[in-house]
Amino acid sequence: MFDKDKPSGTLVVAAVLSLVCSVAVSTAAIMLKPLQERNKLQAMHAEILKVAGLAAESGDIDALFEQQIITRMVDLETGEYVEGIDPRSFDQRAAARDPQQSTSVPRDQDIASIKRRANHALVYLVGDAESPELIILPVHGYGLWSTLYGLLALDTRENTIKGITFYEQAETAGLGAEITNPRWQAQWVGKQVFDESGDVQFQLVKGGVNSASEAAQFQVDAISGATLTSNGVTNLVRYWMSAQGFGPYLAKLR
Amino acid sequence: MNTDTKQILLDPLVDNNPVILQILGICSALAITTKVAPAIVMSIALTTVVALSNTFISMLRNQIPSSIRIIVQMTIIASLVILVAQVLEAFAYEISKQLSVFVGLIITNCIVMGRAEAFAMKNGPGASFLDGLGHGLGYSLILIAVASVRELLGSGSWLGFEVMKTVKNGGWYEPNGLMVLAPGAFFIIGLLIWAMRTWKPQQVEKTEYRIEVVHRTEVM
Repeated sequence: MFDKDKPSGTLVVAAVLSLVCSVAVSTAAIMLKPLQERNKLQAMHAEILKVAGLAAESGDIDALFEQQIITRMVDLETGEYVEGIDPRSFDQRAAARDPQQSTSVPRDQDIASIKRRANHALVYLVGDAESPELIILPVHGYGLWSTLYGLLALDTRENTIKGITFYEQAETAGLGAEITNPRWQAQWVGKQVFDESGDVQFQLVKGGVNSASEAAQFQVDAISGATLTSNGVTNLVRYWMSAQGFGPYLAKLR
Repeated sequence: MNTDTKQILLDPLVDNNPVILQILGICSALAITTKVAPAIVMSIALTTVVALSNTFISMLRNQIPSSIRIIVQMTIIASLVILVAQVLEAFAYEISKQLSVFVGLIITNCIVMGRAEAFAMKNGPGASFLDGLGHGLGYSLILIAVASVRELLGSGSWLGFEVMKTVKNGGWYEPNGLMVLAPGAFFIIGLLIWAMRTWKPQQVEKTEYRIEVVHRTEVM
């Protein structure tokens, strides 16, 4: 006779319950996976279109993306495009964790605190694949609480920033999270990253940009009350624009 | 609906509110109440979990061995929470990104465990479902109230609509920084408890002891 309070009965209840629960959870996970992946991809496409200034208010995001954006994979070491791998199958975050596909960033150069960097990165091009008018680069780095993931769009003709967006962050709402405020992001448009000698000069400055100064073309207002997030943003831009990041690739384009 | 079931459902809204009378679920009430939209989704998620976990645990209550009952409850609750998190990620991706880790943390929300142990283990599935629903709604009520105040004073908006134009966006309102940080929620919940106990004095706890001056001889 089944007695739930005997050791054998207890074991049976525990085993059956675990089995039922794990089947329910794994079924849901597998069934919902395609929907979740699609959401993720679509959200990414929407971000890319937004930062490129192509965002449609409505309509088919995926179709617009296919039409307007060329996706390429870049070897960060050499700055050359990598052919033969489908960019859609590339996951930069997974690659950064895989020792085979990533390099450890030397401590003194790791200003964005990313520790490991994938050997390859995706770039998104607008216009002609050979001489694109706009390149959109994925960037990331540490803020105050979280890693900030963003996209930086560069206008290759004018040599200026076309847009910035942060699509994943967990900074303090109302303070650090203001990096997602479109009004703040609008300040980035038209700023320059490199000076004439090719050094990265871009930075966020506390207390507001003095528009009369020479350096104003490289500067954006830091966010008040969010010094560490602002420093993180400066550092991640500087890192990804340096020789460690997209430097070799950008040099090839120029 | 007879008065008994009505009481089970409506009691947790005001007279036996899980947040401001039982002081449970405070952690998430601090964490996700900076904006109203995530607070609403969190409320729906928690209400779903507590109503369903109560129902399932109540259905199994005669089969659950008392020596491992807490673990059994946790397993059921955890499975439901994972299901809710997966569904959110599939159908409400934007909001699931905002809630991030807090949906997962429903597992540790004391309201869910508390109702399983205090109610569902002793009552039938129907009553347990209503009890869970009631407690979920009681939690939601406070969460949305706190989030409304915090979003209004901290960001100048309500549910994303601009109410007071902030200085950052070229308006006049200087947002209250305290409201976007966790201590702001403590103050608001404290004020709510005060208001509630002024309205319904029977919620005030009796003083457990009183310090009095006594004569030495009386003690001896």
